[in-house]
Amino acid sequence: MTEMTVQNGPPEVTDEAAQAAWRRVQLARHPHRPRTLSLVPQLFDEFVELHGDRTFRDDPAIVGGPALLEGRAVMVIGHQKGTDTESNIFRNFGSPMPEGFRKAQRLMRLADRIGIPIITFLDTAGAFPGPAAEERGQAEAIASSIRLMTGLRVPVVVVIVGEGGSGGALAIGVGDEVLALENAVYSVISPEGCAAILWRSADAAPRAAAAMRMTAAEQRALGVVDVVIDEPADGAHTDLPATAAAIKRAILDSLVRLDRLAPDDLRAARYARLRSIGTVLELEAEALRGTSPSLGERLGRLLGLPAGAPIPESDEDDLDEEGA
Amino acid sequence: MPPCSRGDWRIGDAVKIKFPFSRRSGPTDAWTKCPVCENQLFNRQLERSHRVCPTCGHHFRMSAGERIDLLLDSGTFEERDANLVSGDPLGFVDSKPYPERLESSRVRSGLPEAAVWGIGKVEGQRIAIGLFDFRFMGGSMGSVVGEKVARCFEAALAERIPAVIVSASGGARMQEGTISLLQLAKTTAALERLNEAGIPFISILTDPTTGGVLASFASLGDVVLSEPRALVGFAGARVASGTVGEELPDGFQSAERLLEHGFVDVIVPRSQLRATLARLVRVLPVAGQSDGTDRRAIRPIGILQGLAQRVGGAVSETAGIDTETTQARPSGGGR
Repeated sequence: MTEMTVQNGPPEVTDEAAQAAWRRVQLARHPHRPRTLSLVPQLFDEFVELHGDRTFRDDPAIVGGPALLEGRAVMVIGHQKGTDTESNIFRNFGSPMPEGFRKAQRLMRLADRIGIPIITFLDTAGAFPGPAAEERGQAEAIASSIRLMTGLRVPVVVVIVGEGGSGGALAIGVGDEVLALENAVYSVISPEGCAAILWRSADAAPRAAAAMRMTAAEQRALGVVDVVIDEPADGAHTDLPATAAAIKRAILDSLVRLDRLAPDDLRAARYARLRSIGTVLELEAEALRGTSPSLGERLGRLLGLPAGAPIPESDEDDLDEEGA
Repeated sequence: MPPCSRGDWRIGDAVKIKFPFSRRSGPTDAWTKCPVCENQLFNRQLERSHRVCPTCGHHFRMSAGERIDLLLDSGTFEERDANLVSGDPLGFVDSKPYPERLESSRVRSGLPEAAVWGIGKVEGQRIAIGLFDFRFMGGSMGSVVGEKVARCFEAALAERIPAVIVSASGGARMQEGTISLLQLAKTTAALERLNEAGIPFISILTDPTTGGVLASFASLGDVVLSEPRALVGFAGARVASGTVGEELPDGFQSAERLLEHGFVDVIVPRSQLRATLARLVRVLPVAGQSDGTDRRAIRPIGILQGLAQRVGGAVSETAGIDTETTQARPSGGGR
């Protein structure tokens, strides 16, 4: 039996590409990267932060509340990382608990009811995965937040500021337009997590980052991000006012476009946008017609394959079986 | 590489995937060892018992095809969109290119993708049903799986029939990156429309259902059923231990825990899954179709008969799920 070597990494991710992707990841995670609460006073007037999910507790990893954008009322919701060790512990390093997503839902429902646009800021490594989060329904909280966003009747502008980490980002990231700062990243799983599963080593994180094409420009090319917002030459952390001004212009431009749509059209456009995401190929269906063999035989025939294998009861022999 | 040549991968002790059961014996054996009670089971006996260990009640995993046989009236399943296959949006390569990984999964499972969907009947009632197959890249959700789930919901909406998804998935498929992530939103958007139209969605969780599938439609059933002792949780074990720096306690991500915390409605042993599904479809009509018993044809004698039946104690027949039978405690052999 041959041992498959996984240390060498993929032929198509060069060291240069891996390092370039990794530099972006590190800029996105820079300790002085602008955070939601540092951007808010630059972008909005009269922000009032609201707290709590009305069920369990207030999650400091998600902040939000109404504010004025050039005199217009909007609902602001964002992940919030800390700026030093102490504040990071308080903010749980920006990784929300279920109650954070439920607070976000409460604010979105309010915005929907009173008819004001929602602006969200994404900056999280991901939803918190610990036991407390599990028992309070982390998956359900993310799922119901996503569902709520798909049905909103008000414009939703999403700004990926730093890390767009998986379900924890998407839970407040279903928008009509998705903007991303130049050095922001967006991914289905952290590069470390991807590396641990597919490369069996967290050291492969830079390769995983490159393979997942997680930079803003690459996400723009995939159609996941609509607008890339330029940052100051050395990164957003070097010039907060300039970064904020660029973000503000991009949000205002988005709202001009979205204001043209009536609520039902907005929802229809959002549905069409989400519905179109994916690379699905349709094979000729002829092979499926004919007599009525079992499902497996029919599918196997379609692809000219032998009959199926048994189902693994263990995952120890397959790299594929842990998703994100 | 021939099909079933599993075992090319040797996993270092440093990174060990934590799933509750050890591997069963090879595919060509006539016998299978139960990973829980360690009894040797004759394969044909295992098939007859719908892959439930007759000794300890351990539920082995099932293929999508076996699930169809289990849940639907014989010969009623009409598969839709069997011809969808995935592209490679990222040109993803880890130890091998994604298209090769897809191909070996096709060979191994005999399926073109990790989910199938179609229209079928359960005790005579038409439903739209989607089923995951864990053999295909761990049931992971990429473009095609997301598309099939969305089309299943859209068909349920168009026909105004209930939707059912049987999940078995590690989560979003990493090889399609954020395209996979956005399948959470795509499937859930289609579900939102179903919800608004008043069409019930029944989510059935089986071992294992984790990650992005649980963090989207699978958690959002109007009714959420699970098989006993299924692994059900948000974060994969390695993601959790890597982030939190602690292992999740044993059995923490289980259907039983979710029931306890209010995220699962009923834990249903496989032998009763079909009857329970049929009953739910009867008692949860599509909005505007609640006259299942045809109230327009009320006749006095009918009412009297009905009363007599109630007095006779036959109410439980139609009064919903009989929790005593469907929520039976595991009958020993626990892990």
